[in-house]
Amino acid sequence: MIVSKQKPFIEILSALEPVSRVFLIGCAKCATVCKAGGEEQIWQMQEDLIAAGKDVTGSVVIDEACHMLRVQRDLRAKGEMVKGAEALLVLACGAGVQSVSAGSDRLTIAGLDTLFLGNIRRFGQFEQRCSLCGQCLLNETAGICPVTVCPKGLLNGPCGGMDEGRCEVNGDAECVWYQIYLRLRERGEEAPLTAIKPPRDFARNLRPGSLKLDK
Amino acid sequence: MITPAPMSSTLREKLESNHFVVTAEVCPPKGCDCGEFMEKARSLKGLVDAVNVTDNQGANVRISPLAPAALLTREGIEPILQLTCRDRNRMALQSELLAAAALGVTNILSLSGDYISFGDHAGAKPVFDLDSVQLLQTIATLNAGRDISGAPLEGAPSFFAGAAAAPEAEPFDLILPKLAKKAAAGARFFQTQAVFSPDRLARFTEAVRPLGVKIIAGIILLKSAGMARYITKNIPGLKVPPEVVAELEAAESPLETGVAIARRLAAAARPFCDGIHIMAMGREELIPDIAAGLRNEDN
Repeated sequence: MIVSKQKPFIEILSALEPVSRVFLIGCAKCATVCKAGGEEQIWQMQEDLIAAGKDVTGSVVIDEACHMLRVQRDLRAKGEMVKGAEALLVLACGAGVQSVSAGSDRLTIAGLDTLFLGNIRRFGQFEQRCSLCGQCLLNETAGICPVTVCPKGLLNGPCGGMDEGRCEVNGDAECVWYQIYLRLRERGEEAPLTAIKPPRDFARNLRPGSLKLDK
Repeated sequence: MITPAPMSSTLREKLESNHFVVTAEVCPPKGCDCGEFMEKARSLKGLVDAVNVTDNQGANVRISPLAPAALLTREGIEPILQLTCRDRNRMALQSELLAAAALGVTNILSLSGDYISFGDHAGAKPVFDLDSVQLLQTIATLNAGRDISGAPLEGAPSFFAGAAAAPEAEPFDLILPKLAKKAAAGARFFQTQAVFSPDRLARFTEAVRPLGVKIIAGIILLKSAGMARYITKNIPGLKVPPEVVAELEAAESPLETGVAIARRLAAAARPFCDGIHIMAMGREELIPDIAAGLRNEDN
């Protein structure tokens, strides 16, 4: 899922400074799980905005905000509430915000910072294990991603700062190459540690990404 | 056409003919005045075989090491140009290397680079397009007359490439495959992180010897117990053992004791290496005291 968190309220207010009437948009998927843009947060945001002197014309939690057509449909269904607003405040990831901005002439304000594609370790605890690099190496690295988990993204083993299996950048974290090494040792394999990996091909991960399925 | 001067490396000649070498490092300035840098380097002439020129050391912005390295070659002081993968993508690394060759710089130390958050530009984008192994392969490819996309070069360099090693890091089984990769990718010498344990250096040497790579063991001058604690806490891959800190703590003159410790470690390392790399931490004038009697020609 896409992990996001709310911007500080003061920043949101500052972005809403030129307007007084605001319509709120949340997302029923990722942003709900992150407690950043679900029903609860939309309700809280409404309270906070009213307390700050804003007029909230209405709200909707879209399932899911990255789906551009669904966003247009749900906003149309809210008719006057949306038309009567000067700004749309979106509590969804950057993709969700742009589903809204692509289909509306209203000022669109992003209320969240979008952080990463995350795994859910337990409720309220998210961590990044995949960085969407476009050329998955997991089959060569014992199923653990060095591109993501190593701050330097090193493909050929630990850097000189690794010691006792700890990462030089964050002493509380295990070096990803130590994790890979332990996993391989369990399996009695070592090829992923000894084969030199070539540089990544960044041409396979050009931005903006797009994919069209063959019919 | 201006062809690069034929690239010679005294460091290579000495290592290959089994002369014990001494190297030291001098940090380039933060700014463009290389006066003090050159003074330090000149004072090392004759005392060391080559001078490492560090590359945005500790992820702090300084002058590109290429300029001071080129200044050294003009004065007949042999530089080892340190090149990290942190600040340049594969295109910038290759063009920097070609520039180095055109300016007569031959020895390159290939490094991943300390992470960006350690330095003074913590918000900068970390590059790491290549890693130190891939950079070594890149150097070998340039030496063979091509860039890494396969296009031929007008004038091929002949770099003598080395890499870093941390002989005391654990687990050693995890370190060793990377050292083997570095050797396979073209590293001809390892300059190690500061060593404190002759036993661990012996283990390292035993494992690395078959790779055919020369070993230049790192010796650090600890100027005080405070400094020893500071580097243990703040410098990646460097850990001063508690008994050494205690020795400095108890010393009447910590600097003198620091020199004695460095001399002792250098002598203990001598049987397990092909040279030593002295990190004098600004007290380069003490290098002769540390290195005394180690080189073949000194005996």
